[in-house]
Amino acid sequence: MALSRDGSPGWSASAAGGTLRLAGYLLLAGALMMLDRHNAWLPRLRSSGDMVVQPLWRLAGAPAQWFEDARVRLTSQAALRSENAKLRDALLLANVRIARMRALVRQNDQLKRLLDAAEMLRMQGQLARVIDIDLDPNHGRIVINRGARQGVRVGQPVVDSHGVMGQVMEVLPDTAVVLLITDPSGALPVTDARSGVRALAYGSGRGERLELPNLPINADVRVGDELLSSGLGGRFPSGFPVALVTALAPDRSDSYLRAEARPLAHLNRSDHVLLLRDLAEPFGPPAPATTAGPPGALVRPAAAVSAQAPPSQPGGAP
Amino acid sequence: MIRANWQRGVCYLSLGAAVFLLLLPLPPALLPLRPWWPALVLLYWVLEAPQYIGLGTAFVTGLSADVLAGALLGDQALRLVVIAFLAQRFRARLRFFPMPQQAATVLLLLLNDCLLRWLIRAFAGMSAPSALAWISPMVGALAWPFVFLVLDGLRARARAREP
Repeated sequence: MALSRDGSPGWSASAAGGTLRLAGYLLLAGALMMLDRHNAWLPRLRSSGDMVVQPLWRLAGAPAQWFEDARVRLTSQAALRSENAKLRDALLLANVRIARMRALVRQNDQLKRLLDAAEMLRMQGQLARVIDIDLDPNHGRIVINRGARQGVRVGQPVVDSHGVMGQVMEVLPDTAVVLLITDPSGALPVTDARSGVRALAYGSGRGERLELPNLPINADVRVGDELLSSGLGGRFPSGFPVALVTALAPDRSDSYLRAEARPLAHLNRSDHVLLLRDLAEPFGPPAPATTAGPPGALVRPAAAVSAQAPPSQPGGAP
Repeated sequence: MIRANWQRGVCYLSLGAAVFLLLLPLPPALLPLRPWWPALVLLYWVLEAPQYIGLGTAFVTGLSADVLAGALLGDQALRLVVIAFLAQRFRARLRFFPMPQQAATVLLLLLNDCLLRWLIRAFAGMSAPSALAWISPMVGALAWPFVFLVLDGLRARARAREP
């Protein structure tokens, strides 16, 4: 009845009609909600409707974009400058970080290659870091961060991922001094990888250079030959790359050849080195025959020593 | 016909704008406080110019708001229809209320709508709206005088343009 009283022109719905229409619309809305909730085709219809809706959404999002643009435009130059400085700092920091990551990647690569080398030679190794490079040309020595407490012993060969570096000369509790192969007081038995000629490589003490001073005049050695450690002397593992022959000249007396070689190990660049523990195949004189010694209890220590050798070497059976 | 068209145009435009206003981004903290614009605009037109607007218009407005909001289809449509119906029902009395009383009635209508919304969500198996949603009707009631004045001004201008 309330509706009939207002008497506005063009408005002629009775109260009953209004309620009926209300019920109709409510039913319609309820049905829509049910369909939307439980049916599959309505969402599909809606997703196509969203295509129409999307421009409107973009339009509605536009004011926020305008505000943002206006904010950027109205930001004072000082604020911009400070922001710029801040960003530049951040960029610098990020660049430094990237450089560090790159260094880490390189280091990782190197370490992996080192470990590969140890794997290849079936050797126990111990990684160490070069602490302080002391490449005084007169005595090529480096210090590594492993020492007696970590089980380093005098005489252990030291290699990097490219070749033989030297051997441990002095062991301190937590560090060790490594005598590089370029040290003039050292010598290393090598073989020519191509011809098998054996020789001794001496450190030259002058930069990264090895000298092979007394090769036979007719020795089959050429420039570019790779020299491997021969394993003679039992100090170094055999077959490990040592150097490349770079120059070859006859001696002053013309009775010997004198060769120069460049070490393959990165003596002054290596950051990580590998300390080798056991020789895969110890060369040199065979272990003394234990049967020859005094029998009984006195033999035990020798047997214990030979038991430490790798299985490729048959320990002296009593 | 021209006479009707100007006002009718303003009516539909304002409804569209109200639906569109719902889409405008707000800081999340203010979201629950946003008044339900379509309801306010619809109320105005139902009270002042019922010849342009009925339950059908309310339904279509709500449906388009649903589509635009990507919400449950029919939710706002149903609620707007209810509001329009109630407003039509009490139109004769509401029209002559002084403004504070009118605002209070709007508040009641919107609170009723909140209850309805809560029911619909419960039936649809959706989570209940946050408690802050109950503040929205208050904001709506506070905004009502301004909505009324703005729309009244627009309508007066539209009427003045008519020959």
